Amino acid sequence: MVFRCAVHNMKLLTHNMLTSKCMKGVTVGYPLGIVAKDIKVSETEFNSEFVSRIIPKLDWNALWKAADSIGHSGDLPQQLMEDYENNEEFLKKVHHVLLEVEIINGELVCPESGRKFPISQGIPNMLLNEDEL
Amino acid sequence: MMNGLNWKRYLLWFANEHTHFRINEIESLRSLFGIQMKWVEKNHHEPFCIVDIPTEEDVLKIASRSVSLRSCIELWACGAKLGDLHNNLKLLPVEQLASYFKPELSFKIKVETFCKSQTQEEKVAKIESFSYLPLCGPVKLKNPDIKLELIEYYGLDSNNIPDEPYQVFFGRWVADGQRDLISKLSLKTRKFIGNTSMDPQLSLLMANQAKVKEGDLILDPFVGTGSLLVAAAQFGGYVLGTDIDYLMLHGKTRPTRIQQKKQREKDESVRTNMKQYGIENRYLDVLVADSSLPLWHSAMRLDAIITDPPYGIREATERIGSTKDYQIEEKHLANHIPSKIEYGLQQIFFDLLKLAVEHLKPQGRLVCWIPVVRNDYCESKLPSHPCLQLVANSEQQLTIFTSRRLLTYEKICEHETHLPPNVDLSTAEFRAKFFRYGEEVRKHRKQQKELAMNLSKATVTEKDKMYEDKSGRYRSS
Ligand SMILES: C[S@@+](CC[C@H](N)C(=O)[O-])C[C@H]1O[C@@H](n2cnc3c(N)ncnc32)[C@H](O)[C@@H]1O
Repeated sequence: MVFRCAVHNMKLLTHNMLTSKCMKGVTVGYPLGIVAKDIKVSETEFNSEFVSRIIPKLDWNALWKAADSIGHSGDLPQQLMEDYENNEEFLKKVHHVLLEVEIINGELVCPESGRKFPISQGIPNMLLNEDEL
Repeated sequence: MMNGLNWKRYLLWFANEHTHFRINEIESLRSLFGIQMKWVEKNHHEPFCIVDIPTEEDVLKIASRSVSLRSCIELWACGAKLGDLHNNLKLLPVEQLASYFKPELSFKIKVETFCKSQTQEEKVAKIESFSYLPLCGPVKLKNPDIKLELIEYYGLDSNNIPDEPYQVFFGRWVADGQRDLISKLSLKTRKFIGNTSMDPQLSLLMANQAKVKEGDLILDPFVGTGSLLVAAAQFGGYVLGTDIDYLMLHGKTRPTRIQQKKQREKDESVRTNMKQYGIENRYLDVLVADSSLPLWHSAMRLDAIITDPPYGIREATERIGSTKDYQIEEKHLANHIPSKIEYGLQQIFFDLLKLAVEHLKPQGRLVCWIPVVRNDYCESKLPSHPCLQLVANSEQQLTIFTSRRLLTYEKICEHETHLPPNVDLSTAEFRAKFFRYGEEVRKHRKQQKELAMNLSKATVTEKDKMYEDKSGRYRSS
């Protein structure tokens, strides 16, 4: 199902930086799995500077896998290409995956413990219970 | 002429508000834009400073961001008396100003007085006293090519206005600062606010302290209603926030506005605020999370962290945890609300500095408020870390004996990031002392109200000014 007017949505950029390492017994907690119930694809203003500055900070493999796992890798290459700074076409693809594919409802899943973190109205709830610390 | 550049002298004319913040703001902007600048007259109390700057372009850059700045004037002459000013102006080499005195350039002369009102006749007489200037273009009151200004400064004490000004300035208007943004981002018209929303002026000052620029990645780990992120996004930052309060982020807490009845509107959220100001494309995400725990991947690099942590006066300071040891049964899991324990200020600042050291890029900045009891305050006891340098520290007084300080730290090295931050025990005592002092003076209720009011409005009110004498010390009221 595709929502058109929901307000909040989690972005794959945020997913790329998020871990569950705060849990007792979890060491890396990365990358989190994604179970997406509702996905929204929107259009937002492209800013080549932001995208080219953020790319070196990304875990490219995790990004590609996350996009692929929800069926939105599009034609994003599996390997990060060189000299991307001046390749606007490529930067636009990255922009799309990072900022325009958004999850409204679903779950993030800890790769080590299987603990599920709900995403509701686009806001992930990463709170643990007191016995998981 | 220095370095082949045509350095000129400028008057920075400030709004008479948040006095302690303006020089730090200008310093941050100069560092942000890499501007060479020399302070000629650096005033901490009077609403003006004089600087030398190599190019007008640089002046425009500063003015494009400063919220303390009312306007900036290329200073042609100044003096203690109007007569001195005229003499100094007449001494200026004509060639230096020739480019402004051309028949095709329209002009206007404006008279501004600080702390005194003036009749139209007085103003006209003053304007006419400049008739010796070889201005030959037409007078044009609206949008002239050249705007000249005479500013007369009569001091700060409105109960004691002298007959003659203390200082007078004359020059060419170059640019206004960003005071208009303060009303554009006013909390009065903002969709989603709470009782701890930060007023736009201070939020914008924080974004400037953080040197936010186009395309930066910015985090607020105690995001609340996102007022700090609004300011950061206004200056081009891409923003992320976390808060422990699920209901807050979902816009389901009790509404703050009195006129609003029982419920908030359906779409109240940090994101709708961004949308309201046309900066929704800078909004990344907000998450429900406990900032006392690590959340982010070790490779995450932030350009800045901007935050107002909870002080435990208006909002709960809490984190997930329990003093008991037990396991929640499976059948209760889905509806279990995690239990919370006190999250003291000492721990909050420990975690905040740790976050900064681990995730700021080199030269990235942490900008945060810390509440202090004024009598106990001592700069050496502020939270510290070998990788973080305190580059600015401005005070905003809240009550007679408390204030909060806006701290700006810059990450200066990448080596000792594993070391723990130092947070003095006294940091933790703010809350207890706040209430104890409050009782002592039997103004507990009033204090709290005053604090809550000042925190939410965060502008110095007339009442506050009454206690304060010029040196910033307090008279008893
Ligand atoms: C002073 S308020 C910040 C207000 C914010 N600047 C705004 O614009 O609304 C502090 C916030 O910290 C949150 N908070 C308290 N303890 C927390 C924790 N352990 N982790 C994350 N957020 C917490 C509170 O819910 C509150 O929203």
